[in-house]
Amino acid sequence: MGAVAKKPYIMPALSQYAEVAARLKVDNVSLRYQSPKGDTFTALDRVSFEVPDQQFAVIVGPSGCGKSSLLYLTAGLNEPTEGEIYVGGRKVEGPGADRGMVFQGYTLFPWLSVRQNIEFGLKRRRLPQDEIRTIVEFYLNEVGLAKFAEHYPKQLSGGMMQRVAIARALANDPQILLMDEPFGALDSQTRLQMQQLLLQVWGNSKKTVVFVTHDIDEAILLADRIYVMGARPGRIKEILDVPIERPRNLDVVMEPEFIRMKRHILGLLHDDMEEVH
Amino acid sequence: MATQKSWVQRCLTPKVDLPGRLVLSVSGLCWLLVLGLWAILSYGGVVPSMFLPTPGGVIAAGVRLASDGTLSKHVLASLEVVLIGFAISSLVSVPLGLLMGSFRIVQAFLEPLVNFIRYLPVTSFVPLFILWIGIGLEQRVAVIIFGVFFQQLVMIADVSKGVSKDLLNASYTLGASRRDVVLHVLGPASLPGILDTLRVTMGWAWTYLVVAELVAASSGLGYISLKAMRGFQVDVIFLAIAIIGLLGLITDQLFRLLRLRIAAWAQ
Repeated sequence: MGAVAKKPYIMPALSQYAEVAARLKVDNVSLRYQSPKGDTFTALDRVSFEVPDQQFAVIVGPSGCGKSSLLYLTAGLNEPTEGEIYVGGRKVEGPGADRGMVFQGYTLFPWLSVRQNIEFGLKRRRLPQDEIRTIVEFYLNEVGLAKFAEHYPKQLSGGMMQRVAIARALANDPQILLMDEPFGALDSQTRLQMQQLLLQVWGNSKKTVVFVTHDIDEAILLADRIYVMGARPGRIKEILDVPIERPRNLDVVMEPEFIRMKRHILGLLHDDMEEVH
Repeated sequence: MATQKSWVQRCLTPKVDLPGRLVLSVSGLCWLLVLGLWAILSYGGVVPSMFLPTPGGVIAAGVRLASDGTLSKHVLASLEVVLIGFAISSLVSVPLGLLMGSFRIVQAFLEPLVNFIRYLPVTSFVPLFILWIGIGLEQRVAVIIFGVFFQQLVMIADVSKGVSKDLLNASYTLGASRRDVVLHVLGPASLPGILDTLRVTMGWAWTYLVVAELVAASSGLGYISLKAMRGFQVDVIFLAIAIIGLLGLITDQLFRLLRLRIAAWAQ
């Protein structure tokens, strides 16, 4: 992506989170809903896994497998019926700025400019004004939107809005970045650009990322490790390391290793669909 | 702009935009037709002047009342009632409506009662208000408040209910507290809808003004209409109606401009 500044920036806010082996630990988590009729729907059934620090973890699965629910639970926006989630060794008991999230829909505040959107979390934390300015400038450059700082969301394209959403989440210097199909609503060209941009931003920040998608190509391109989920009930079926070297560009989709993995994951998801029918 | 379809076809196709000049002329035509019909009926003597004044007669009445200062006195009296009543109502209904739309507990507490009161005819309360608070300014203001407040409350609650949950979730993950969410997300997100509600209910406030002034008042546009009826001065009644329409139009446009100014992001 030519739009992204290549200047050797120093991270403005240094992560001062505890050193832990597993940045995210999901421990025996179940999520069940009671339908109005009285029967129980199991969205997640005793899910356990860990994501090591600085990893790019991608969760793939068919719709209804509870992959988004898992993110909402980690963000603290919903409570598990059973089990616990630990981020940086601390149990999740509600939402907080240490777990940034990028949503599938556009969630920029339409009454705030790009700059003010990125400032939102920093202002809530009452950081000094000059520090806020430095951080915002840094992330505006990271996502290539320095020229659009004073624009309002309605003046931006879908891809640009998601770039602001990424910058806004990262500006808080969270322990972990949760991404819920963030490129799902974008056209395929923009989607490819955004994947490259995300890899670049992630390479610079080395945040732990948990990225949810149903797009297998996207999963293999981005992930260090892929968590394949099955539906009804939602559970982890298999965990796969992606042995493809970084930096990765769009050509990886032609590599034999990529195709082998894709075939394997397709097989896993296909089995799941057979079970349904 | 050249188009393939003829104007006639365009006029008869749903939701197709038309050239600005055509729209303007059609709007003007409607006014001309109404005024023309009025002129024919009154100047032509079809309807006796005791029941229908001539357009010239209404203008003359306006000039007559304006020159001796009575007109401005009554216009100001009416404006005072509408603005005070509307302001008091809005100052309470906006925050309360936001709470009602955002907190299920407040909604559960208020909604059934509000929906009951909302359908009570305002006019039926006028005698009660006269009994309780007399026939002064307070009584007329009370009628306006009663007419507008409960409608505003329900409409503003709906506005705040319509704010996307995703927006709230996003702010929580950015470290916002519940207080932050109410002040910095629900409030601004509801602003365009609040202004729209105020704009619509301002129109209703003008309607209730006449109800209030017809029954018990010693000044105001409703009052001079009533007085004019007793003296068979239809031209003054027409004048009062026209002025209320005009004032309503002006306040409506002011709200439209205000919305454009302070909630431009929502356009």
